[in-house]
Amino acid sequence: MYGKVLHIDLSRKRSWVDDQSELFANRIGGVGVGIKLLEEELPKGADPLGPENVIVFAVGPLTGLYPMASKTIALFKSPLTGNLGESHAGGRSATAIRLAGYEAIVIKGASETPIYVAIHGGKVFFRDASGLWGVGNSLTVGRILREREPGAGVRSIMRIGVAGEKLVRYACVTTETYRHFGRLGLGAVFGSKKLKALVVSGAGIIPVKDVKLYRTLYDEIFNAATRTAIMRKYHDIGTSMNVSPLNEIGGLPTRNLKEARFEDAEKISGDFLAENYLGRRVACSHCPVACIHLAALREPYEDEPYFYKTTMISYDYEPIYALGSMLGISDTQGMFKLFHEAEVLAVDAMSTGVVLAWMTEAFEKGLISERETAGLKPRWGDWRTYLKAMRLIVEQPTEFYRDLSMGVMYASSKYGGSSYALSLGGNEMPGYHTGPAAHIGFLTGARHSHLDSAGYSLDQKILKENRKPSIEEIVDYLLEEESWRQILSSLVVCFFARGIYNPAFVEKALRAVGYSFNSSELVKLGLEFLREKNRFKVREGFKLKDLNLPERIYETPSPLGYIDREFVRKAVDLFYAKMGL
Amino acid sequence: MCAKRVSVVDNERCVGCQLCMFACSRRLGYGGLGLSAILVKSTGGIERGFTVIVCRACQSPPCQKVCPTGALTAREGGGVRLNQDKCIGCGHCRDACPFGAIFWNYELNKPIVCLYCGYCVNYCPYKVLSFEGVRK
Ligand code: SF4
Ligand code: SF4
Repeated sequence: MYGKVLHIDLSRKRSWVDDQSELFANRIGGVGVGIKLLEEELPKGADPLGPENVIVFAVGPLTGLYPMASKTIALFKSPLTGNLGESHAGGRSATAIRLAGYEAIVIKGASETPIYVAIHGGKVFFRDASGLWGVGNSLTVGRILREREPGAGVRSIMRIGVAGEKLVRYACVTTETYRHFGRLGLGAVFGSKKLKALVVSGAGIIPVKDVKLYRTLYDEIFNAATRTAIMRKYHDIGTSMNVSPLNEIGGLPTRNLKEARFEDAEKISGDFLAENYLGRRVACSHCPVACIHLAALREPYEDEPYFYKTTMISYDYEPIYALGSMLGISDTQGMFKLFHEAEVLAVDAMSTGVVLAWMTEAFEKGLISERETAGLKPRWGDWRTYLKAMRLIVEQPTEFYRDLSMGVMYASSKYGGSSYALSLGGNEMPGYHTGPAAHIGFLTGARHSHLDSAGYSLDQKILKENRKPSIEEIVDYLLEEESWRQILSSLVVCFFARGIYNPAFVEKALRAVGYSFNSSELVKLGLEFLREKNRFKVREGFKLKDLNLPERIYETPSPLGYIDREFVRKAVDLFYAKMGL
Repeated sequence: MCAKRVSVVDNERCVGCQLCMFACSRRLGYGGLGLSAILVKSTGGIERGFTVIVCRACQSPPCQKVCPTGALTAREGGGVRLNQDKCIGCGHCRDACPFGAIFWNYELNKPIVCLYCGYCVNYCPYKVLSFEGVRK
């Protein structure tokens, strides 16, 4: 049966399975189903860090069947923005959930004492995690669970670090060491429920309707992904290949976006990293692309000659922006150490970088002093100080660091410096200052993320064509893109594979495995899901009039020139009008 | 023609995509992994890389020796063949394989044994696997 939902109640330590095949048949899976489940299960106005918050994990009809249908979506109420929380992760999570026999997992309630939940062979186990709570390094937690739990090779270990335990509003949930439910604070929601980890193993089979067509389409995707140029960008250098081109056009946020070009971009660029540090490439389950790039950082121990450690550190464009150019860091190894610390603590690298950048500028401008920073003197490029600050944000020994752990919008509302607190809709800014479409996309996107509607690619296209964009054009593009992405994240397909999974192809792929949606129906459904997400946001207190770009974004010219306030305002209004909100 | 088997040429090239595992069940007409006779897992965390577990087609297969019913017979040239009808699901073969390359079908309570078809090799994007003659 397609549409099994596993419910886990952490308060009562109970679990049960619910047949939602009709819901899945009408709404595909992933976010389409997830938003409905969240709407129904989450009491209106729930405290994001209270037991009443609900976490929905969902996969889709293509999971476990086709390559690159490799993501799990998580929906919850975000402790960072106070409305819709959504993040996606790969690793082995999606495969494990579906092949364990479920299409969604709904977690509610809260445990009194630390626990972790393990799901094996259709059984749910609530296990004590008191000993794991407080372990300073989340990588150690992964190692322990790997040894304790069965299912090596066909399981996912989703866990939080100390940041989640300490309710840092942008703590992440890490899976398979290097993949993250990164944005909007799922880690803090786990922490508030005293849920240290969720382990899922599964290796079932999925019957398909038309085996012949299924195999043919499978080969089509496989060939497109491995023998054509369509995925090459992610394959060769990985997402870090964006650093140089963005820097060249002047769209790489640098030193808290005081500038949009970084003089040392070369040292944090994809080519440089690949040439000097790339140590291994790995993949999510069922993805031939292997976009996960791991740098091998070899360091000597100071107390012992000829004694080294080698750490494997995953890198991508977004952390390079946030913990690299945004902080003016040109020491490559120093940047890697920050990445590693983000893994150890399990915080969202993007939000953390933006928070540290604001802290540096606020310190520069004298809004805060060493009294607040507990003696730290943040300075652009000084990764050693940032390393200490990251730990302090998590440990929160003082009120100031507690404030930083709430996100940059909150911190700036208290200490000032809102005009350069780079938060959009409450979520820290992604690494694109490419032009108006990027920023309008961050504002209007349901989760205020670059992954919502990718306005940065439209900006770059307009730049290449050397013309002026119109409001209509931007709004139509963003709306269409974000709507279609609702379908990709209902299937659930990795966005990197969006070039392969176009509407016509998706229709066929679904048909082979027994679901009939035609492509125009899909497009309509996408818009409907997007509307629903936004209605949910409004229900939870989101207000259009609160949507503003921080001053800094207007002050620093983009590759398409200065961004115009009026233009942005009109575009945002038009977007919501067209979406029908 | 000599007997063939899947050989792990260089596991350091393995990215852990598990396409080989999916291929194995798909060749039997199913999605998922429940019928797969090949397993890829990390060697102590993904940072350390992966190990591929698949039948290496032993010349003198221990699994066959411990099978009490004769359900497993030696294949000419190396490896074994399973006769489902004779199998009683005791699991001795699985315990005897030093590589852990006999997997289990929990639904049928029978072992999953590699068929030496080579289908998986076609889907390895990184040349980790090859389909070659059994080395004597
Ligand atoms: S050779 Fe055939 S049976 Fe053996 S592991 Fe590969 S696909 Fe499966
Ligand atoms: S297909 Fe190749 S690279 Fe992928 S897991 Fe199997 S052996 Fe490794």
